[in-house]
Amino acid sequence: MKKTISFLLAFLLLIPAAGAFADDSASLKEDGFSTSYTYNYDYWGDVQMSPDPYRVETIIDSMTLGLENLDGKLITKPQSIFIRNNDVYLADSGNNRILQIRYKDGEATLTRVISEITGTEPAGFNNPTDIFADEKNNIYIADQNNNRVVMVDKDLNFIREFVKPDDATFNQASAFLPSKIAVDVAGRVYVLAVNVNKGFMKYENDATFTGYIGANAVKVNMADYIWKRYFMSKEQRAASESFVPTEYENMYMDEKGFIYATTTVFKEYELLSDSAKPIRRLNGIGNDILIKNDRYPPIGDLDWKSESLQYGPSKLADITAMKNEIYVAVDRMRGRLFGYDSQGVMLWAFGTKGSQDGTFNRAIALDHMGYDLFVVDEMKNSITVFTPTEYGQMIYDATDAYLSGDYTASDELWQQVMKLNANYPLAFRGIGRSLLRQEKYEEAMDYFERAHAREEYGRAFKQYRKYWVEKNIWWVFLVIGLLLIVPLILGRIKRTKWEVIMHEHSKVRK
Amino acid sequence: MSTAKSASKPAVRADDGKAKAWLSRYRQSLRYALYVITHPFDGFWDLIHEKKGSIAAANTFLILFLLIRVLKLIATNFQFISAPIQHINVFEEMGSLLLPFIVLCVANWAMTTLFEGKGRFKDIYMGMCYALVPYILIQLPMILVSNMLTYEEGSFYSVLLAFSVIWCFFLVFVGLMEIHDYGPGKTFIFLIVTVVGACVILFLMLVFFSLLSDAVAFFVSFYREIVFRLN
Repeated sequence: MKKTISFLLAFLLLIPAAGAFADDSASLKEDGFSTSYTYNYDYWGDVQMSPDPYRVETIIDSMTLGLENLDGKLITKPQSIFIRNNDVYLADSGNNRILQIRYKDGEATLTRVISEITGTEPAGFNNPTDIFADEKNNIYIADQNNNRVVMVDKDLNFIREFVKPDDATFNQASAFLPSKIAVDVAGRVYVLAVNVNKGFMKYENDATFTGYIGANAVKVNMADYIWKRYFMSKEQRAASESFVPTEYENMYMDEKGFIYATTTVFKEYELLSDSAKPIRRLNGIGNDILIKNDRYPPIGDLDWKSESLQYGPSKLADITAMKNEIYVAVDRMRGRLFGYDSQGVMLWAFGTKGSQDGTFNRAIALDHMGYDLFVVDEMKNSITVFTPTEYGQMIYDATDAYLSGDYTASDELWQQVMKLNANYPLAFRGIGRSLLRQEKYEEAMDYFERAHAREEYGRAFKQYRKYWVEKNIWWVFLVIGLLLIVPLILGRIKRTKWEVIMHEHSKVRK
Repeated sequence: MSTAKSASKPAVRADDGKAKAWLSRYRQSLRYALYVITHPFDGFWDLIHEKKGSIAAANTFLILFLLIRVLKLIATNFQFISAPIQHINVFEEMGSLLLPFIVLCVANWAMTTLFEGKGRFKDIYMGMCYALVPYILIQLPMILVSNMLTYEEGSFYSVLLAFSVIWCFFLVFVGLMEIHDYGPGKTFIFLIVTVVGACVILFLMLVFFSLLSDAVAFFVSFYREIVFRLN
């Protein structure tokens, strides 16, 4: 049918050939890429190849940690990673243990295998899915199949546990299966539990349950509502599925205490209109305060119309927030990482599925140390450590410099970024801003136009226009004057001509 | 006023060349558009019944309209319209306006002919083309103006654009009323009917071309089969 329509249109509109508007995606491979796996989306939502912002520093797996010689149990189905300072905690869920790894200057050494705690029953874990360590090195473990979140001190002595709340809002018939946890500075624990769709469960630091935050707004379809309200019997209504808000996929607590959360439950068409909100930043009362100042909301891949088997939008499995509110999300579907700045502008995207270093089978969790990224692959049973390249570091430094008010440094850095990547709107915008402050309006306009920064262009143009009018005021008057005088003269000439003709006309008649 | 002036002009005299006479009439009919858009009720009536309009002028307006559409996409400041220049196909852009325009004219003619509409197809086409004149007159200078405005002053720009479009729609309405000698209610109903008719036409075209492409594909494969067997 599609073919027919295009044929019809081509025929009717006399378009010479479909090949006339060459589609550059046609030359790309099935997965949308020809050479590089690092890209960015331009203003039109088209893929623009970019230099690599990250390179693989090292791979941490059972071999490098020497687990074979230790007890022979290799990392199996790791589910989560948490990093505090130089300590990397890996939830080795398949072996019911936590690995504590010390990472420094590209060297990873196993410091501790946490498989038992003291002071409570059961001492071991059953499918630990997430881990959190606070400033005092107290460790929180989401012990999923033991239906608890345990808090232990740094020597693994039991402090307290967070269990199924004795509360009417929690369905007492279902089990409490914590899957992800985060703890704020005050010691409040936020738990994402399986089968709970009211948002994150919130516990005070004395383990009392105080409610839910960040529940998805309940969406009611008008047609559905009318159908259920007026055309269904009470029994039917009770039996039919109620409107259920969606569940979250993962969470991360940033240094300011805001929760970054991802969700993969939404309709495809809701993504670009920003009603799906796959990435959220929740404040204390659970409102989404993520800033979105770009043309496209942060949703991972904008274009997934590839012919390959991996069809569909990005499924963001985990998220982490670095300095300056730069956040990175990982797509488990295609093994891609997406970096966004505090304004929701995509900084870069890279990664793919594969078996090489730096590619993933099923990337499931990520965290950061400084600007280094640690990505857990649950099928490769490894952690891939990425470290920024010169290009990646420059982007961060330029953002840093701009946010700290050092505009000249920021300008220079953006200039360098532009030299490495001429398709980078952020660099153009950054340079434009700096030129605007230096009162070089015309040049600033040029850069803003390249970056499609309308409002900023408008600001530069306003100044430029003022300057131009002041400079050319005499020309302006002259042109306006001419516009007024010339028609007057022309009218005069015309009238005279007319009179002459009429005069001769009358002569002829005579 | 303008007619009185040109009637006494020597150019219209019978002994002058045909081309000259045509040119003069063409210029008059072009200028008459200004009267039509400002006095639509009288204007459209005279356009058809007093033969004040010409098909040549109508074609001119239609072509100008299409050109301005494209020019607008290319030359408007990016603060107000950002069209992906690299993806724009000029012919596609024009065709996507020309096709609905023609189809709507045909649909309107087809429907109104059955229900006592006085207008012939020529009249409808001419009237609709004259109704595009405000768009041309406003949008062309606005392309220039857009390059003198900032993003914050954009409301000025968008209001004028909206005004031009509303004016055009008003003219279409009045034009159809006068051309077919309908009342406002009937005109409104036939506007809706026209849209439905246009959809039917498009559907039929779709079916036709679908069948045609299938038929062509059949004969092509038939030919290939024969060639294959013969070899």
